[in-house]
Amino acid sequence: MSELFGVYIHWPFCASKCPYCDFNSHVASNIDHHAWRDAYRREIEYYASLLKGRVVTSVFFGGGTPSLMQPETTAHVLDTIAENWSVARDAEITLEANPTSVEAGKFRDFKSAGVNRVSLGVQSMRDDELKFLGRQHTAAEAIKAITIARDTFERYSFDLIYARPEQSVTDWRAELQDALRYADGHLSLYQLTIEPGTAFHTMYQRKDFEVPDEDDGGALYEATQEVMEEAGLPAYEVSNHAAAGQESLHNMTYWRYGDYVGIGPGAHGRITMNGQKQATRAHKAPDVWMGRVKENGHGSHDFEVITDDQLFEEAMMMGLRLRDGVSITGYEERFDMGRIHALEGEGLVTLNGQTLQPTVKGLQRLNGILNYLL
Amino acid sequence: MSKPLEHIRNFAIIAHIDHGKSTLADRLIQTCGGLEEREMKEQVLDSMEIERERGITIKAQTVRLAYTAKDGIEYQLNLMDTPGHVDFAYEVSRSLASCEGSLLVVDSTQGVEAQTLANVYQAIENDHEILPVINKIDLPAADIDKAKEQIEDVIGLDATDAVPVSGKTGINIDQLLEAIVTKLPCPKEGAADKPTKALLVDSWYDSYLGVVILVRVIDGYLRKGQKIRFMKAKATRDIDRVGMFTPKHVLLDELGPGEMGFITASIKDISETKVGDTITDEKKPCETALPGFKPSIPMVFCSLFPVDASEYEKLRDSLGKIKLNDASLHYETESSQALGLGFRCGFLGLLHMEIIQERLEREFDLDLIPTAPSVVYKINMTDGSQIELYNPVDMPDVQRIKSVEEPWIKATILVPDEYLGGILTLCQERRGVQIELNYAGNRALVVYRLPLNEVVFDFYDRLKSISRGYASFDYALDGYDENDLVKLEIRVNQEPVDALAMIVHKDAAESRGRQLCERLKDLIPRQMFKIAIQAALGGKIIAAEHLSALRKDVTAKCYGGDVSRKRKLLEKQKKGKKKMRQYGNVEIPQSAFINALKMGDDK
Ligand SMILES: Nc1nc2c(ncn2[C@@H]2O[C@H](COP(=O)(O)OP(=O)(O)O)[C@@H](O)[C@H]2O)c(=O)[nH]1
Ligand SMILES: C[S@@+](CC[C@H](N)C(=O)[O-])C[C@H]1O[C@@H](n2cnc3c(N)ncnc32)[C@H](O)[C@@H]1O
Ligand code: SF4
Ligand SMILES: [Mg+2]
Repeated sequence: MSELFGVYIHWPFCASKCPYCDFNSHVASNIDHHAWRDAYRREIEYYASLLKGRVVTSVFFGGGTPSLMQPETTAHVLDTIAENWSVARDAEITLEANPTSVEAGKFRDFKSAGVNRVSLGVQSMRDDELKFLGRQHTAAEAIKAITIARDTFERYSFDLIYARPEQSVTDWRAELQDALRYADGHLSLYQLTIEPGTAFHTMYQRKDFEVPDEDDGGALYEATQEVMEEAGLPAYEVSNHAAAGQESLHNMTYWRYGDYVGIGPGAHGRITMNGQKQATRAHKAPDVWMGRVKENGHGSHDFEVITDDQLFEEAMMMGLRLRDGVSITGYEERFDMGRIHALEGEGLVTLNGQTLQPTVKGLQRLNGILNYLL
Repeated sequence: MSKPLEHIRNFAIIAHIDHGKSTLADRLIQTCGGLEEREMKEQVLDSMEIERERGITIKAQTVRLAYTAKDGIEYQLNLMDTPGHVDFAYEVSRSLASCEGSLLVVDSTQGVEAQTLANVYQAIENDHEILPVINKIDLPAADIDKAKEQIEDVIGLDATDAVPVSGKTGINIDQLLEAIVTKLPCPKEGAADKPTKALLVDSWYDSYLGVVILVRVIDGYLRKGQKIRFMKAKATRDIDRVGMFTPKHVLLDELGPGEMGFITASIKDISETKVGDTITDEKKPCETALPGFKPSIPMVFCSLFPVDASEYEKLRDSLGKIKLNDASLHYETESSQALGLGFRCGFLGLLHMEIIQERLEREFDLDLIPTAPSVVYKINMTDGSQIELYNPVDMPDVQRIKSVEEPWIKATILVPDEYLGGILTLCQERRGVQIELNYAGNRALVVYRLPLNEVVFDFYDRLKSISRGYASFDYALDGYDENDLVKLEIRVNQEPVDALAMIVHKDAAESRGRQLCERLKDLIPRQMFKIAIQAALGGKIIAAEHLSALRKDVTAKCYGGDVSRKRKLLEKQKKGKKKMRQYGNVEIPQSAFINALKMGDDK
């Protein structure tokens, strides 16, 4: 496979703010779409000037709610990318979409703009749960959006949030089975995380609801693995499931610790320049970012050189999220082999030659493993 | 010129805390003109309290007052303020030994308390004439007759001549001063022509003067330039200052028979000036030393560790600074696997331990982990030798032990009737043996013999909570007794946790062990491996808990490429690891041990 090189585009706007969400997303009434188009163009051009001659293997429009973009903006961005870099023939071009009817109505135009994969934020197959999650759509609308996506794009995936308050393993198995009827090749299944600074956080602190504890969360995770394996969509990453060959190439770029450029407010990047890995981090506030782009051609804070220690940590942290694991070549002396063997003894990892691989059991305890090993 | 003996009165003030000792002392000082009106502030003795000014624990103090009585004679009154707690029982006994009488101050709204009793007994042991003073009679709730009745019933002293006063408003202070002169005796013996003989009452370190020594002269004189000898410390020094407190520092030419005051002799190390030592003239020494001298022996031990390992040096310096002024504090370096480097410290008693810990935390700004307090055990070995055990960790192998002795105390508890049942149960639970149970009005006076070990562990807190704060408690040491004592060891993944080792009675070992295991199970976070927590008695497991391995710990979402955020989290956790201790293949946060120790005995 050619070297992975991804471009992430952040669209920071949503129709409303979901109570669990701590992504860099904002509800805005009047968006100057032309200004955004220009800003994206300038920032892409900036990074292209630093990273000449790379071949783009994936583009990902994330958010926020990128399906609220004007398809013209999407097209403009993709054109700009193609003008500045060469784009691999089989490049994966994903757009995150919310499954409302308004957005589903634009799928055809996104397709024309160059998008070949959508990732739909379905979140739940149950109306009452969708309400609890503060979503704008119903289960029926979600199914409709999925159907349109299936008819429109080469590939699609959707996201579900589970381990919700009071959710039993039985309920979740049933809901997941429902979802599987509409899945094709790829599903992202995230356990609900209570993030600081969200409405859920306040409610949780106030004890309005409880979330499954470690044991219940563990049981839900284990049930998920069982159902998905049976369905032929095993986990290839902690929360991502795919049939063989259907993995998200763009996300694989993160996990394999390849280079990616981050465009748009709050976007992060990891780019190699003169043999040196650098971290880029764009200003989060949309107007600040926009101002910086106008002024400097890019909206990032100062680039940060990744030290050898950090490089090792990041590569392991990301790589071990994958069932395929990570190569420890060059890092052997950083590990305490005794510890790796101890984890092997517990059935949490395997070491095959130079590849350190978490087992399914290990994936669900990854933070503990990282803590123990690094 | 010093006063003739008949014109001197040396007396102490005995009172339960808050019964008004300091306030009464103020009034006496003020009435005798020791301080002018403008210099007078509240609680003169307390504000001089070397504690605050120079950072001393609890020290005896004296004030010399000039009082012209109705007979026209000017008397020299030496008022002695003694440390008020049994932890300092020996120091108190020496202060009392320097006086011939005591004022027994009883708050007329409260009555007699346990601490009053213990102090009175000490005064009686020192042959004191005791003058009861009924205080706070300005208050509406004052009940003079009831207070007198209690003095007679509970203490057994004649209260006919008790003086009712108010230290606050000054009512009857003149009457009290007159009673001091007429009712209290003058120094019994004392000859100007005999060789110098003086009692070392107390001492403290002053950064300008060096060690200041509080003395009571028996025979002869102490003068500037005199070469003196400390008989027990076997040291010789030249006096460079002689003086008294009024409470201000006033230099004098000499101190004569029966008088109290201070001397300095260019001494830097306070451990040279032992409380109770006899000071005599180097060239013309007295024949025998004063009776009653005892070297100070720490009774209660605990280890102190800095929460932040890098503060070890600071802890050592701070202990050194406290020691400068408190010869009774003992400490030596200890290295614990669970808690790192720290000090094993010996204290005179519980209060002493609390004071030192508090000072280290407040004055020296240290964050400390104290281990459970323990006492000194005497271990009789099979080979006939005896060793003293200061730290449970050092308990020898059971096979080599013939028997173990532990220190006991005699506890005096005064408690309102309705809480008596609870208090008796508590004493019983703590292996107490009842000695006495009497009633005084609606209160019970209970005397128990208890193992000190059972008292150092939160006994006082339990007593207070059972009685809603109404019980008062005091104790005196009462020898060593053999008992079925064993070392309880806590193990994590088969490795002993030194900081949690303790000596317990065999009958209590199992429940104590189970309790600690359960507690640790809740405190230790789950890990990649399962953890065995066990309590063992000499190699035999008596309780065990298993903490199962982590079931789920993973970040579900990976934020579009925001690796830094995850890495920083990991780095933070790694920093936290520095406060972890390794047990087999698991790392246990120090905080788990700290909290296991902190929780005390709550059931
Ligand atoms: N009303 C009244 N209050 C007093 C009297 N003597 C002391 N107090 C108060 O009782 C409290 C304790 O007094 P203090 O002298 O500090 O007691 P100590 O602990 O024995 O030294 C203080 O609040 C004093 O103001 C008194 O005669 N009358
Ligand atoms: C960038 S976000 C949302 C994209 C899109 N705007 C949407 O809402 O569908 C990508 C996914 O992360 C998941 N997610 C967001 N916040 C989460 C949380 N607090 N706990 C678990 N999953 C979460 C949701 O499944 C969401 O679809
Ligand atoms: S979950 Fe999606 S739609 Fe909801 S606020 Fe976050 S980014 Fe916007
Ligand atoms: Mg006082």
